[in-house]
Amino acid sequence: MAFFASLSDKLQAISARMKGKARVSEVDIRDMMREIRLALLEADVNFQVVKQFVDEVALKCRGSDVLECLTPGQQVVKIVHEELAAMLGTTPGRLAVSPSGFTVILLCGLNGAGKTTTAAKLGLYLKKKGKKPMLASCDVHRPAAAKQLEVLAGQAGLTSFLMPDEKDAVVVARKAVDRAKYLFQDTLILDTAGRMTIDAELMEELRQVRKAVSPTETLLVVDAMTGQEAVTIASAFDKEIGVDGFVMTKLDGDARGGAALSIRRMTGRPIKFACVGEKIADIEEFYPDRMASRILGMGDVLGLIERATVAVDEKKARDTLENIRKNRFTLQDMLSQMEEVVKMGDMNSMLEMIPGMDKKKMAGAQVDEKQVARTVAILRGMTVRERMNPDLLNASRRKRIAAGSGVQVQDVNRVVRQFEETEKMMKQFQSMSRGRRGRAGMPGFPF
Amino acid sequence: MALFDRFRKGLEKTRTSFSEGFNRLATSLGIYDASMLDELEMLLVSADTGVPAATAAMESLRRRMKESGQVSRAQVLQMLRDELLNLLGPTSRLELAPSGLNIVLMVGVNGTGKTTTAGKLCARFAAEGRRTVLAAADTFRAAAIEQLEHWAKATGTPLIHHSEGSDPAAVVFDAVQSAKARGAGVLIVDTAGRLHNKQNLMDELNKIRRVIAREAPDARCTTLLVIDATTGQNAVVQARLFKEAASVDGVVLTKLDGNAKGGVAIAVAYETRVPILLAGLGEQVDDLVDFDAASFVDSLLPTP
Ligand SMILES: Nc1nc2c(ncn2[C@@H]2O[C@H](COP(=O)(O)OP(=O)(O)O)[C@@H](O)[C@H]2O)c(=O)[nH]1
Ligand SMILES: Nc1nc2c(ncn2[C@@H]2O[C@H](COP(=O)(O)OP(=O)(O)O)[C@@H](O)[C@H]2O)c(=O)[nH]1
Ligand SMILES: [Mg+2]
Ligand SMILES: [Mg+2]
Repeated sequence: MAFFASLSDKLQAISARMKGKARVSEVDIRDMMREIRLALLEADVNFQVVKQFVDEVALKCRGSDVLECLTPGQQVVKIVHEELAAMLGTTPGRLAVSPSGFTVILLCGLNGAGKTTTAAKLGLYLKKKGKKPMLASCDVHRPAAAKQLEVLAGQAGLTSFLMPDEKDAVVVARKAVDRAKYLFQDTLILDTAGRMTIDAELMEELRQVRKAVSPTETLLVVDAMTGQEAVTIASAFDKEIGVDGFVMTKLDGDARGGAALSIRRMTGRPIKFACVGEKIADIEEFYPDRMASRILGMGDVLGLIERATVAVDEKKARDTLENIRKNRFTLQDMLSQMEEVVKMGDMNSMLEMIPGMDKKKMAGAQVDEKQVARTVAILRGMTVRERMNPDLLNASRRKRIAAGSGVQVQDVNRVVRQFEETEKMMKQFQSMSRGRRGRAGMPGFPF
Repeated sequence: MALFDRFRKGLEKTRTSFSEGFNRLATSLGIYDASMLDELEMLLVSADTGVPAATAAMESLRRRMKESGQVSRAQVLQMLRDELLNLLGPTSRLELAPSGLNIVLMVGVNGTGKTTTAGKLCARFAAEGRRTVLAAADTFRAAAIEQLEHWAKATGTPLIHHSEGSDPAAVVFDAVQSAKARGAGVLIVDTAGRLHNKQNLMDELNKIRRVIAREAPDARCTTLLVIDATTGQNAVVQARLFKEAASVDGVVLTKLDGNAKGGVAIAVAYETRVPILLAGLGEQVDDLVDFDAASFVDSLLPTP
C-alpha cells in the first residue's frame, strides 16, 4: 500500500504541473514512464520486460484521452494496472486432466523454491476436489527429502510413495507410476530434487524422469522473491524440460513478485497457483489482477482505481448500500467507506450520496480525524481475506495486525467491535427498510 | 585447491548478461560516453544490484570519468570495479573467539540454505579442530530434524534436538547446557525459515536470542543471515528487518553456483551495511567458502 501510494503520488505530482496546459508534453509522459520503470524494477520485473512494457504503456497513454482527464496520474496507474493484469493472464489456473484417467503432475524448480511443500498442497487441493492423488518423491539428493514428503502427505491424509535407498530418480518415478495405478489413484504428483539450470547432469536427470513418466502437466515452482534471473531460469526449464505452467510460492511474504510478470512474458506459459504459507492448505488459484496490484505494491486496487475515474463514485456508494441491504457488510466495505471519509475530509458528503440517507439526522455527526486514520491503518493491516471474513480474526491475527499498524491489540479489538456494532445496526436497518424504503436513518454511524 | 580459487571456479560457470552488455557497449566505440552510462546502469540493475546502488555507482563513475578524462573500455571497467567493491564495503570474516563458547545462529527466510550451511560449517569447524555441537531449533518444517541429523552424522557432530512441533527456545536452552557441559567451542543453531513480515515468527527468534543471552552471557554469539543469491530486491528488506530483529552480524550468500550471480549482495551491503561473510557454492559439504569481494565483482564484470 505504502509503495503504491508513493508511485501514485509521484505520478500525481507530475500531472499536477500539467494543470492548465492544453496538451501534455512528451517530457511529462517521459517522467511518468520513468517512475513506472523504477517501480517495476524495484519489484524485480526483469529489466528487458520492463523496457518493453513501459514502451507499450507509453504508447497507450499517448493514444488515449488520459491526459485530458482530471487526474492523469491515476489514470496512468489505471492503464498500467490493466496492462499488467492482461499480461499476467486472463483466467485463473486450471490443471490439465489426462483423458486416460491417470494424470501425472511433475514438479520442478530450483533448490528451496517450495516444490515438496507444493506437492502436498496440490495433493490436498485435488483431494478436496474429489480426486485421489498420490505423492511420490524422486528427490534422491537432498537429505531427508523423501521423509519430508512422507510427513506432509500424512498431514494431508494422502498416500505417498518413497524409496529412500534408491539412488536413481528415474527408477523411483517408474515405480511410483506402477504403484499409483495399482492403488487405483487417479493422479500422481511427482516431487523432484531442486536443481540449478546450469547443472547439466541434474537437468539431464530431470529430462529422463520426464521421459519415463510423460507427465500431463509439468509445473515449474518459482519463489516469489526471485530476482532478474527468473527469466533465464524459466526459459531454461521450458526449453530443456518443457513447462506447462508455473506455481508461485511464498507470496505470504512482502516480495512484490515481479518475477511472475517476467516468466509469464518470456515463456507465454500460464501461472496456475499461488502459495501463501507453509501449511499444506496455503494454496490458491492464481488471479492475475491481484498479482498486478501486488507488483505495483498496492493492496486493494479497486477502490483506488475507482477514485481515479470519478472523485466520488455514486455507484460505489450504492454498491455498499446494496451490500448492506443484502446484509453482507464486511470490513472491506468499512475500509472503503473510511478511505472515502479520509479523502474527503468529512463524511457527510459521502453519506449524502447514499440513496435514502436522512441528511438531517447526519448533521450532528462528528468525525475525529485521528481516530479515523488509526482505524484505516488497522483495517489496511488486515488481509483482504480477513476483511471479507471477519470470523478469521483470532487472537494471533489480531496481534499481527496490531504490530503491523503500530497500535495495541485493544485498538484492533475496538475496530472489530465497532464493525460488529455497525453490522448489527445494518441488520436492523435492513429489516426496517424492507417495505419502507428511504425512511430509515442510520443513527450514529460509528466512525 | 585454495579457497580463493574455489570461489572463483564456483562462479565461473556462466557469463552474466552484464558482462555481455558491457562488451557490446565497448565494441561499438571502444569508449564510453554519457548515454552509454545509462545503459550501463541498466546492466547493473539486470544483475540484481537494485536501482539505488546502481545509481550510486554510476554517479561516482560519471564524476571520475569527467575528472580524469579516462573513457577507454579498460579504464571504465577498472573504475567500475572499484565502485562496486566500494559499495560492498570493507572485507570481513567470520571470526570466532579462540577460547570459550561461540554460538552461531542461522537465520533467514524459507528455503535459503540455513540447514545446509549449518552442516557445511560443522565440517569447517571440525577441520579447524573446534569441538562443535548442533542444535535443531527448526521444529516446524517437516523432516527438518532428519535433514540436520544427516549433516550431524556426515560431519560427526553431536546433535541436540527435541521432537517436531516442540518449542525451539527450549531446544536452544538444552543445547547451550549441553555445549557448556561438553566444553564445546562452537554451538551452531539451525532455525526454521521465517518471513520477516511475520511478527510472531520474528518474536520467536527474539525469544531464542534471549535464551542464549541468559544462558550463555559470556559466549560470543554470531548471527548469520542466509540469503539465496537468486533473490531480488526483497533481500534488502530481509537484511534490514532481520538486522533489526536479530542484530545480524553477517550474510551467507548461498547458491552462487546457479545462474544468478548474487548482485543483490551489493544492494544489501550498500543499503544495510551488513557485511557478506560466506558464500555457498553447491549442495556438498565442502561447498562453503569465505566471501571474496574481488572475485565476486570480477564474476559480475567482463574479463579485462
Ligand atoms: N512462507 C512460505 N514458505 C513456504 C511456502 N512454500 C514453501 N515454503 C517453505 O520454503 C522452504 C522450502 O520448501 P520446500 O518445499 O522444502 O522446497 P523444495 O526444496 O523446493 O522442495 C520450507 O521451509 C517451506 O516450509 C510458501 O508459500 N510460503
Ligand atoms: N546449488 C546449491 N544448493 C544449495 C546451496 N545451499 C543450499 N542448497 C540447497 O537448497 C535447498 C534448501 O536448503 P536448506 O538448507 O534446506 O534451506 P533452509 O530451508 O534455509 O534450511 C536444498 O535443496 C539444499 O540442498 C548452495 O550453495 N548451492
Ligand atoms: Mg524438496
Ligand atoms: Mg532448514
